[in-house]
Amino acid sequence: MSTLSSAVTASFDVEKIREDFPVLKQSVHGKPLVYLDSAATAQKPYQVVEAIRRFHEVDCANIHRGVHELSQRSTAAYEETRSKVRRFLHARSKDELIFVRGTTEAINLVTATWGRRNIQAGDEIVISAMEHHSNIVPWQMLCEEKGAKLRVIPMNERGELLLEEYEKLLNPRTRMVAVAHVSNALGTINPVRQIIEMAHRAGALALIDGAQSAPHMKVDVHALDADFYAFSGHKVFGPTGIGILYGKRKLLDAMPPYQGGGDMIKVVTFEKTTYNDVPYKFEAGTPNIAGGIGLGAALDYIQKLSPDHIAAYEHQLLEYGTERLSEIPGLRLIGTAREKASVLSFVIDGIHPHDIGTILDQQGIAVRTGHHCAQPVMDFFHVPATTRASLAVYNTAAEIDTLVAGIHKVKEIFS
Amino acid sequence: MVHDLYQEIILDHSKRPRNHHPMEDANREADGYNPLCGDKLKLFLKMEGDVVKDASFIGAGCAISTSSASLMTESIKGKTREEALKLLERFHELLTTDVSVSKDLGKLVVFCGVRDYPARVKCATLAWHTLKNALAEAPEPATTE
Repeated sequence: MSTLSSAVTASFDVEKIREDFPVLKQSVHGKPLVYLDSAATAQKPYQVVEAIRRFHEVDCANIHRGVHELSQRSTAAYEETRSKVRRFLHARSKDELIFVRGTTEAINLVTATWGRRNIQAGDEIVISAMEHHSNIVPWQMLCEEKGAKLRVIPMNERGELLLEEYEKLLNPRTRMVAVAHVSNALGTINPVRQIIEMAHRAGALALIDGAQSAPHMKVDVHALDADFYAFSGHKVFGPTGIGILYGKRKLLDAMPPYQGGGDMIKVVTFEKTTYNDVPYKFEAGTPNIAGGIGLGAALDYIQKLSPDHIAAYEHQLLEYGTERLSEIPGLRLIGTAREKASVLSFVIDGIHPHDIGTILDQQGIAVRTGHHCAQPVMDFFHVPATTRASLAVYNTAAEIDTLVAGIHKVKEIFS
Repeated sequence: MVHDLYQEIILDHSKRPRNHHPMEDANREADGYNPLCGDKLKLFLKMEGDVVKDASFIGAGCAISTSSASLMTESIKGKTREEALKLLERFHELLTTDVSVSKDLGKLVVFCGVRDYPARVKCATLAWHTLKNALAEAPEPATTE
């Protein structure tokens, strides 16, 4: 049954990759775990677990301040991650990379600093119909505060953005266009290069939510000409609580600080504080040092596999999954964009996603059910929720076969 | 196993929910919402004095929440407000504690399997949270949070 193109599978030893992920070697409810929820969080290879353990066991110290050996080592390891992120995103300088808690905080940082300084009453911010709540609510809050207007790029029934409608939304009042690179609920890969170019032509900036793209494809912020790009560590096989905001240097220099505290200052007196340079201006307080180091190990892992090879393998897997799921009577895929990555979101006639999720779980299959923090997407497709199987580089065609068998079992119970 | 959760009677009531319609002459109404899954339901009661004369609901949810609402409306008809609240308490105990099943629960004991699925307890209790609000005439929609 499992047939992936031999060209792809030959260059890619999935069984060997799976060996790196201790969590996958377990049984759940007496069945081998089939983990299909990587869009929520990806599993961690032992290289990441080991890097975090090593930090706590060997190097643990605060960074950027101490002159002692442990602090030097910790600082070097943490800052090395910034260089790794620079290579991963193809940014020009590591000073353009700010450590944050995750994509959500990255977007909130932009709305709180760039947004508060630059947005005025009557300005317009454009987002899309398929955004995650984290790329809707911060903009909504900013618009409410400033009396600005939030406009939404519509999509079609396949889950593809309508670029001609987007063109019509752009006008001299447009200040920012904020869209997902890949939709978490639908898997759509948006043409962000073109979206950014159109924003720039209208005199607006562009922020790209890269939470779902960074784990699955090569990202080149320079080639995209993105003004801001955000992603989360835990979705790229790193730990939770760490993420990255990329911003163009000239924008970051002009932005006020985010939070006040230690590390973000040069000189403090009671009369006046001189802020630190970028990126430290945005990094008040002791950061998630272990998380940063873990993220570095995760990016090493991705680079070793090669983002292009990951994308090619996952594409094969997605095509196979799409084909197999489409054969199931009564199953409807939600999100059938021509350009898609890693997500198989679906509904089944007469069976609620929560029931599907519970019955699949009993067979060891972990999927996500619900609105995927994208309620407007659910409203658009007139469904309360979907079941979402999301793929990562460690998944196999055999696991998709298990999912298909599991869905047949669900249908049997509800027949 | 999963059949302990999805017992025949639950599947039956989820596929063909009883009392699943709006009620024109209801004198109590309440909305229930489970933010986890987006399930929404509206409960209608016709009270005569202290007695639940009739009960119905609308809204779509998972098999557990739909069948729970269906069986609840069946089981509260004819009960006094106090008896209905007592039943709610028993039902909640059934789902959340290890105490042995109370015989007052009748058909509702089919939900005993839910206690092994903590993520699904809220599905089963949504209708009952809503009932509590309807009986209290709370202005806020009931939520499972």
